[in-house]
Amino acid sequence: MSDATIVLIVMTVGTFALKSAGPLVLGDRSLPRRVQQAVDLLPAALLAALTIVSTVGDGREIVIDARLVGLVVAGIALWQRLPFVVVIVMASAATAFTRLIS
Amino acid sequence: MNDLDDAVRRRAIHRQAASIIAAVAPFGIVFGAAAATAGLSLLQAIGFSALVFGGSSQFAAVEILGDGGSVVSAAIAGLLLNVRSLAFGVIMAPALFGVWWQRAAMSQLMIDESTAVGAAQSERRWRRYGYLIAGIGVFLVWNFTTILGHVAFAGAGDLITDLGLDAAGPAAFLALLWPRLSSAPQRRTAIVGALIALALIPFAPPGVPILAAMLGVVAARFGKPDEQPSDAPLDESGARS
Repeated sequence: MSDATIVLIVMTVGTFALKSAGPLVLGDRSLPRRVQQAVDLLPAALLAALTIVSTVGDGREIVIDARLVGLVVAGIALWQRLPFVVVIVMASAATAFTRLIS
Repeated sequence: MNDLDDAVRRRAIHRQAASIIAAVAPFGIVFGAAAATAGLSLLQAIGFSALVFGGSSQFAAVEILGDGGSVVSAAIAGLLLNVRSLAFGVIMAPALFGVWWQRAAMSQLMIDESTAVGAAQSERRWRRYGYLIAGIGVFLVWNFTTILGHVAFAGAGDLITDLGLDAAGPAAFLALLWPRLSSAPQRRTAIVGALIALALIPFAPPGVPILAAMLGVVAARFGKPDEQPSDAPLDESGARS
């Protein structure tokens, strides 16, 4: 079995447990406040880490390349409230252009 | 009279759901492309979109696998991004009534988008209706666009870097993060999480810096006491419900 298949199976089972715990087990009891706060904040920490690592990470090395230009352009596009498709196209185009001229 | 009200309500829900469903399409294409780039087969990509069905968690797992991370770190990072489903489940539980297998089946649709549309309704039956409409709509579009993205970019190799598509992943993560940054505790968490991950890249195997970033959650505690992180679900296109 390939790595991706193992991850797929583990995540399928685990995600289903997380999704169905409320409706199947917890009912309408609420989560403790501190747990709720941590649950709310967790995605921000992970998504920020993923953003940085996918921009400058390459295995165990930090590599600054054209991807960083793409990320900066994506940030500007998001700040201007442009739609997701435009954000992606602009980030990709900026990265491609940087490679072309460097 | 009641029928008329119902029709109006139903149309309003359809409108809300339609914009959210449409917003998912480009994410699906990027996910399909990212899965292809990371070396996943079409079947594996569909497996993630149909069985895991959680946008950001799928991106995370595929990113870590593509970067040479271990099975354990990819699976844990992916699952951590779905922990919020637990909170969504608590919000939606009263509306998802039925016998156990019906509740289990409806739970599979529990994502930001379906919870956002469902939780925005005031009555229990409309919460259920909104949740189901948005959930089923996103499920269909997400899987279709995953296939589209994978087929279009499988074996694209050099084309990915030539077109700058390796920047689509970082841009997608930033887009998912963006709407959260409007609250101060979320912002602090994100900054500390990013710094932890960055600092660990040279020292830890791929994937581990991302897991370690969850310690960023602690950073939110050092804010002013009146700042509370919002618990409103976010749809992945960024609209806070």
